Amino acid sequence: MKRLGHALIFGAVAGLAGAGGATENRDLPGDGPAAYSEDGRYFTEDGIPTYFIAEDGTVDWLTFSGFRRYHAECHVCHGPDGMGSTYAPPLKDAVERMDYYDFVYTVSNGIQNVDTTHQNVMPTFGQNKNVMCYIDDIYVYLKARGDGALARGRPAKKEAKADAIREFEDECMAGG
Amino acid sequence: MKKLFALTSTVALCAGSAALANDELMELMNDPGQWVIQTGNYANHRYSGLDQINRENVGDLQVAWTFSTGVLRGHEGSPLVIGDTMYVHTPFPNIVYALDLNDSGRIKWKYEPQQDASVIPVMCCDTVNRGVAYANNTIFLHQADTTVVALNAETGEVKWTAVNGDPAIGETNTATVLPVKDKVIVGISGGEFGVRGHVTAYDMETGEQVWRGYSMGPDSDTLMDPENTTHLGKPVGPDSGTNTWEGDQWKIGGGTTWGWYSYDPELNLVYYGTGNPSTWNPSQRPGDNRWSMTIFARDADTGMAKWVYQMTPHDEWDYDGVNEMILSDQEIDGQMRKLLTHFDRNGLAYTLDRESGELLVAEKYDPVVNWTTGVDMDPNSETYGRPAVVAEYSTAQNGEDVNTTGVCPAALGTKDQQPSAYSPRTEMFYVPTNHVCMDYEPFRVSYTAGQPYVGATLSMYPAPDSHGGMGNFIAWDNINGEIKWSIPEQFSVWSGALATAGDVVFYGTLEGFLKAVDAETGEELYRFKTPSGIIGNVMSYEHDGKQYVGILSGVGGWAGIGLAAGLTNPNDGLGAVGGYAALSDYTALGGQLTVFKLPD
Repeated sequence: MKRLGHALIFGAVAGLAGAGGATENRDLPGDGPAAYSEDGRYFTEDGIPTYFIAEDGTVDWLTFSGFRRYHAECHVCHGPDGMGSTYAPPLKDAVERMDYYDFVYTVSNGIQNVDTTHQNVMPTFGQNKNVMCYIDDIYVYLKARGDGALARGRPAKKEAKADAIREFEDECMAGG
Repeated sequence: MKKLFALTSTVALCAGSAALANDELMELMNDPGQWVIQTGNYANHRYSGLDQINRENVGDLQVAWTFSTGVLRGHEGSPLVIGDTMYVHTPFPNIVYALDLNDSGRIKWKYEPQQDASVIPVMCCDTVNRGVAYANNTIFLHQADTTVVALNAETGEVKWTAVNGDPAIGETNTATVLPVKDKVIVGISGGEFGVRGHVTAYDMETGEQVWRGYSMGPDSDTLMDPENTTHLGKPVGPDSGTNTWEGDQWKIGGGTTWGWYSYDPELNLVYYGTGNPSTWNPSQRPGDNRWSMTIFARDADTGMAKWVYQMTPHDEWDYDGVNEMILSDQEIDGQMRKLLTHFDRNGLAYTLDRESGELLVAEKYDPVVNWTTGVDMDPNSETYGRPAVVAEYSTAQNGEDVNTTGVCPAALGTKDQQPSAYSPRTEMFYVPTNHVCMDYEPFRVSYTAGQPYVGATLSMYPAPDSHGGMGNFIAWDNINGEIKWSIPEQFSVWSGALATAGDVVFYGTLEGFLKAVDAETGEELYRFKTPSGIIGNVMSYEHDGKQYVGILSGVGGWAGIGLAAGLTNPNDGLGAVGGYAALSDYTALGGQLTVFKLPD
């Protein structure tokens, strides 16, 4: 039931591209988690968005975009490069603990953990297009950081932005 | 004990008399044995007239006593001492303790407000609070949720509360308040949430709002007179707070007012600076964005702006103009002038005539500052008072979705709110600074009330080709616009400095050291490692004939966010060394007051 809730939120806000998997087997080189790609996005065998980093270090567009969006929307609490701060925990580790659906649920709904020893409060970003239109971007970026596949700092080389990603972005940012 | 008596009877005699209440406060400020205002005095000198601890004996300093605040967050500001009572505040939930200095710091009373925890995440960059204020036997606290509370200084009982803003649209508070005459002057935070900044005066006795001046908007909102309010000596003209914005953008224009305030009783003017315009993407808000990034001089009684000076028109780097305005009377070219000195986030230190707003000096106080070649100082020039922007470092000229690299300083500024000290003995300013540069890439964002409205990606790193550290502690000559000496620090210096009549200057470091240096030479004379990183401000007081120095530890604030994990260095592998270590290797969260004295 909980899972269904997550999927619904996600589907409504970001539009789950390629769920179910278009390709049976991995058709990508390397040993990263990406099994197949579709319209410039990469997915695991289970159809979960993920990163793709080529041998020469070129990152997929979403990972690059996630780096940018993370450092605009998240880093003022969670620190540079997903590393955490004195204020909020490291998200590069959080995405290793929680799965994609839990991640989207948490960003959408926030966290309230306030008692005598905790004052952890994360706002709800469900209505924030600057975050929710880029939720996959932020997730795959953090996943690449958490897996140790991506070093700190700005990725030096990136794939071009696919037309499908541009169209999705325009539609999502313009949408009500 | 005597002092407290004197104080209580003065209050009794003067009850209801505003002017006298102000006189009482100023009298207390002039007593070096007390620390009655966060900034040391109205002029923001952060100078203690006590000289028992001096440069000969400061090396013998030892810990007298300590106090745990019970809160593990960034501790900015400092305690106050009035009579025999010390008032200590905490970050959210904004507890206030009154400690009895005659009884080993026994807690006389404790006030803990009930605040909605949903305010925590709308506070950009930690839940800091820069301390309480005192006047008229009352302690004034401005809570995170923007509630202003007046507490009976003897009992902690609430006298009145006033609500200054709405956290649901991102309005919060981190600053202290300024008691002036019969008013309490109050600012607001939330520049990263698209709020419109304002300064508000509340009646000290009742909490009723007396006036409010916005940073932008029509003249009736900004409290500007088109003829009599001046910018660099010229009338600002009608609607100056809207006519450099596109459409209604001024309504979410930023220009918040969360810094330190100063006051000149003779001129009856309050001085403060305004923050960045919203968003951080300059292409999304064409124009000068007046009056963000501006030094304001307002009449304390009416709020009317006498003069303004916009330091960074059309900000492209998040260089908030909120840092303290330090007031001094000094000689320039053989003439005594009433001066205002301000160390801006943008890396320039300004000296102005505080009566007229005339610009006298504008010089870089860190040599690595590179976004500007300097300020046009020719009054006859079209661009008088404007900084010349270097195209290579202009995030507006480079445009959206372009990563502008190597900009110095970073958005943290060459200095953030951490306040400087001024010693009238040496006529030098002691300035805690950041030595950090950045890459800055603006992009388009949409505005949602109560949600972050940032619109830029930042990467920060220690200033390249320098000492590798991320901070300096400098002594500054505000007349000649020169650094007198500079102490390199591994991390940004995020603690407020204190200068004393003993010719010692104190400051804290992010690793947790309290340091004492020689006011003339900068030579280090003493250091002690407190339990957590220091972002609080050093203060001093006297009790039973003995001088004490107090400092809050508790790492956090923007420093704790940016530096906890360390900063990346774009020159990695090119021989850069050392400086970009992680703060988390040196210190952990804390919340403690440490008080020092000389051995008996």
